[in-house]
Amino acid sequence: MSRYRRYWIAYATITRREILRFARIWVQTIVPPVITVALYFLIFGNLIGGRIGRMDGLPYVDFIMPGLIMMAIITNSYANVVSSFYGAKFAHHIEEMLVSPIPNLVILLGYMSGGIARGMAVGLAVTLTSMLFTEVRAEHALLVLLVALLTSTLFALAGLINGIFAKSFDDVSIIPTFVLTPLIYLGGIFYSIDLLPDFWQTLSLANPILYMINSFRYGFLGVSDIDIGPALAVIVGFILLLFAIAMTLLNRGTGIRT
Amino acid sequence: MNALEIHDLHKTYANGHQALRGIDLEVEQGEFFALLGPNGAGKSTCIGIVSSLVRKTSGEVRIFGDAIDRDPIAAKSHLGVVPQEFNFNIFEPVEEIIANQGGYQGVPPRQVRQRTEQLLRELDLWDKRRVQARELSGGMKRRLMIARALIHRPRLLILDEPTAGVDIELRRSMWDYMRRINEQGTTIILTTHYLEEAEQMCRRVAIIDHGRIVTNDRMKHLLRQLDCETFVLNAREPLGQLPPRIGPFALRRIDEHTLEADLPKPHSLNELMHALDGLGIAVDSLRNKSNRLEELFLRLTGKPLETEQNA
Repeated sequence: MSRYRRYWIAYATITRREILRFARIWVQTIVPPVITVALYFLIFGNLIGGRIGRMDGLPYVDFIMPGLIMMAIITNSYANVVSSFYGAKFAHHIEEMLVSPIPNLVILLGYMSGGIARGMAVGLAVTLTSMLFTEVRAEHALLVLLVALLTSTLFALAGLINGIFAKSFDDVSIIPTFVLTPLIYLGGIFYSIDLLPDFWQTLSLANPILYMINSFRYGFLGVSDIDIGPALAVIVGFILLLFAIAMTLLNRGTGIRT
Repeated sequence: MNALEIHDLHKTYANGHQALRGIDLEVEQGEFFALLGPNGAGKSTCIGIVSSLVRKTSGEVRIFGDAIDRDPIAAKSHLGVVPQEFNFNIFEPVEEIIANQGGYQGVPPRQVRQRTEQLLRELDLWDKRRVQARELSGGMKRRLMIARALIHRPRLLILDEPTAGVDIELRRSMWDYMRRINEQGTTIILTTHYLEEAEQMCRRVAIIDHGRIVTNDRMKHLLRQLDCETFVLNAREPLGQLPPRIGPFALRRIDEHTLEADLPKPHSLNELMHALDGLGIAVDSLRNKSNRLEELFLRLTGKPLETEQNA
C-alpha cells in the first residue's frame, strides 16, 4: 500500500475522531452557541434593535445577523482545536499519533478539519436559529459558504497554535478571553465602522476579524464597510501565515516532544 | 538485519541534565531483550527517543535499518509501544481506541475491524469493547495498551514496565502472550522492575546507569558472573550462637529462627544443608534473598535496582 494511501487513512481517522468528539457532547458544543445567539437576537435585535433604528440602511436585527453567525463560527472552530489538542497533550494520548508514522502535515490537517467541521456545524445551527428572528436570506450563497470555510480554517489553525503552546487549562482560555473576544466585538458585529471617528476606523482595519465579518455580511446582505477582494486576500494571507507557524511548531516538536 | 541500532546516543535536556551520555546498543531481529536500569538511569529517555517522543541531542537510531531522523515515517512504521503510563483517551470506547491507532498507522478499516476483534478476543477484552476505557480495571487497561500497540503488527515491540500493578495470574498470562508473539517473529524490548521476568523471558540484557550502558550481554553469560548467592533460611528450632563461618559458607543470625547464608560458587545448596545439619540446625524453608539479576545489578552499578516494593 502506498504511503499516500496510508496518510489518507490517518487523516480520515483524525478527522473522524475530532468530529465524533464534539458530536458526542453536542449539548456542550452545539446547543450553547445556539442559545447565546438566540438571546442576542431577542435582546439586541428585537427588544433594543427597534430603538436603534437602521444600520447601513438595514434593519438592525438584519445587520447583526452575519456577525453573530461569524462569532459562533470563530469561537467554535478555535475552541474545538485548542481544547482537543491540549486535552490530548494533558492526558498524553497525543503520543498515540506521535509514535505513529504520520507526517506532521497530516496531524495538522486532521485537527484543522475537525475545527472546520465544528465551526460549520455550529454556523449552520446558528444560521437556522437566526431565521426564526429575521427574514434575511443569503444574497451570495457561495460567498457565504467560502467565507465561513476560510474563517473556520483560520481559527482552527489559531486554536492549534494555542494548543501547541498551552501548558495549562488557563492557557487554553487566556487567548479566547483576552484577545479573541475583544477582536470579535470590535470587529463590527454590532456596528458599522463608518460610525467610528477616523482614528478608530483606521485602527479597526488592523483587526482581521473585521474583514471576515464584512465579507460574510456582504454575502448575506450585499453591503460591506470594505471591499470584498482585499478582505478575502487578508483572510487567505492570515491562513497561510498561521499554517506556516503551526507547521513549524509541529516540526520543531514545540510543546509535544521534549 | 538488526531490529534496533543505537550509536553514540546523547540527550541533554533543556535544564542541562545529561540523561544519555553516548549509548550504543544493538538488538537483533527476533530477540526478547531486556533493558534494565534504576529510576533516572536513562532508559525511559532512550525508549522515548526510539519512539520519537523525545528529541535526541546527537547520535543515531535505526529501526530495521531506517534512521529515525532521516526517514521517521518508515522507522516508526516498524514500531509498537506499550508505555509505562496509561496514555489513551479514557472517554473513548475500547474498540475505538484500537481502531484509531490502526487508522494512525494507515491500516485499512476492514483489516482494522478484523484485527481489533482478534486482539480483543486474545487479550480477553472482547466483552469490554464498547466500554469507555476509564471503566476498565488496571490490568484491563494494560491489555488494552498491548492490543493497541499490536494493531499494525509491528516488527519491534517496546514494552515499558508493561506488568506494573498487574496481579500475578494476569501477569503470567500476559507473559505467555508476549512469548507467543516473540516466537511468531516480533522483536521485543522490555523494561521491567520484575527481574524474574527479565531473567525468564529475555535472552539478552543491557543494564543502563547514569546514561551509559554498563553491560550488554546474553543473560546466561551475565548470570554466570555471579560467584555468590545469599539465602534466607528459617530454622525449625530456636537458633543458639552461630559461628560466623562454616567451611566456605558465611553465616549471619537475623533473629531466633532466621539466618542468612552466603553460598559461593561452585558449592551447592546440598553442601550448605549438610553443613548446617552438622551444626544441628534443621531448616524448614528457604528463599533467595535477592533476585540473581538484582544481585548482578548491584555488583555492576554499586546500587540496588528499585523494585516495585522499594521504588
